[in-house]
Amino acid sequence: MQRTTSARGITALVAISAALLAPCTVAMAQAGDAVAASERGWFRGDRTALLVALGVVGIAIVIAIMRARAGHPVKIRRMPALEAVDEAIGRATEMGRPVFFIPGIQDMTDIQTVAGVTILGRVARTAAEYDAKLEVPTSRSIVMSAARDIVQAAHFEAGRPDTFDAGRINYITDEQFGYVAAVTGSMMREKPAACFYMGAFYAESLLFAENGNSIGAIQIAGTAEPSQLPFFVAACDYTLIGEEFFAASAYLSGERVQLGSIQGQDIGKMLAVGLIAVGVVVGTIGAVDPSGKVSAAFENLKSLIGG
Amino acid sequence: MLQRTIPIAILCLSGAIMVGAYFISSAQSWGETVTTWFNILAAVAFVLGAGNLIAMNLEKISSQRPGWGYAAITLVSFAFMLVVGLLKLGAVPNDKHPDIHLAGSYDTPASPFGWMYEYVMSPLTATMFALLAFYVASAAFRAFRAKNTESILLLGTAFIVLLAQTAAGMFLTGWIPEDSAFAFLRLDKIKAGIIEHVQTAGMRAIMIGIALGIAAMSLRLILGIDRSYLSKN
Repeated sequence: MQRTTSARGITALVAISAALLAPCTVAMAQAGDAVAASERGWFRGDRTALLVALGVVGIAIVIAIMRARAGHPVKIRRMPALEAVDEAIGRATEMGRPVFFIPGIQDMTDIQTVAGVTILGRVARTAAEYDAKLEVPTSRSIVMSAARDIVQAAHFEAGRPDTFDAGRINYITDEQFGYVAAVTGSMMREKPAACFYMGAFYAESLLFAENGNSIGAIQIAGTAEPSQLPFFVAACDYTLIGEEFFAASAYLSGERVQLGSIQGQDIGKMLAVGLIAVGVVVGTIGAVDPSGKVSAAFENLKSLIGG
Repeated sequence: MLQRTIPIAILCLSGAIMVGAYFISSAQSWGETVTTWFNILAAVAFVLGAGNLIAMNLEKISSQRPGWGYAAITLVSFAFMLVVGLLKLGAVPNDKHPDIHLAGSYDTPASPFGWMYEYVMSPLTATMFALLAFYVASAAFRAFRAKNTESILLLGTAFIVLLAQTAAGMFLTGWIPEDSAFAFLRLDKIKAGIIEHVQTAGMRAIMIGIALGIAAMSLRLILGIDRSYLSKN
């Protein structure tokens, strides 16, 4: 139902865009001057397109959340990486080995770290239920503090507050490769049966994943760093790619309202597809238009959207 | 009740200010203020982190857990750098205020702190980073096995790109004139095509998904829908 509405909306958007193409040629040519003028005011005119896109996506997500709250069916595809969480922790319990959760190397100001620690809550709850030993080495003090709070809450939820050990959630160092040395050293000594890498990673991603691979651990990774995704895909058993990573906390919560927000993202995707289609059409016409007006409009459209 | 309400209120307010500061010129300083608050918080939390580091390593040494020797080295290094850095021992005197010891510069290789950083810390970091080359090789060896259609495509693409990066690429196809009708067969052209069109298109698709994911997650946090980062007890 939601997808049908999205498809209709985007079809309408493309149709309206095509119909407005001719008169928009002049309007877009003037838009550059308008942007330059507004940059001098209280509002950042060069960011108008982003504000509009943010507004549209935001409204779409809020509508999707409201629909989910009203009882409309919410269907989300399976995520094998998250389905494997129980299996990985269960294996670690059976083998009597620890579980490592690495929340990246950025602070809580990075949304990836926030997404990572929300997933930690679910991993910690399962580990508490299974009585598995969960180790969380962190590279930022605030992340350590947040992780302790979340893991403690997970133990309470699992009805095992007595098994919570704050000593397993530690601050190592802010230094990137110092952190890598400490964590990989612990990996080689303690031989965890399951490793989770959820957060912002850079050059250390492959160092972690290859070490985990060499000790035969089940590895589940999630990040929104495009440059590190190939490394995780190559070395880990499961990888949450980009948006899947951000959808994970909503998926794991199982709450209708949160799942609704994931459907709202799909409307944003349809909008992006529509804009790409409009761009292709305008760009193609511009390439063959002898007057150059459509080409100028295309350039203005690009500068408006791309900044 | 308040333990959850107050953090959510702070998050909503901070989130709204950060979004507003991005679009409103006059509100830009508000965003900087919020960032400053976070930095103050992080500085306080750093004390907590350092305390944890000392406690954890002392516990490792006292219980002689595997690798306790590394814990001893960590503590000695930590104490040395802290003392030398805070007291600015051996700092290079400041030209304007040569009599004031604390005005001296501590981060040049001429001072003990700078020397340790330059000749101990940096080489250790570079060593860890250099290990990456070997891990890339082992990961590539596993990833490029021709197991199914997808992995064969990946292997073929990687082979072309890697070959084009080397002198062998130019040796094999460099003789094809760039202005000829067969210039598209040159390995450097094929590589450029793969990177500029195939890879860029894939990356942009992922980036669009990430941007939407961030927007949705931020909205869930700012509206207080996702509270899983908060303690429930």
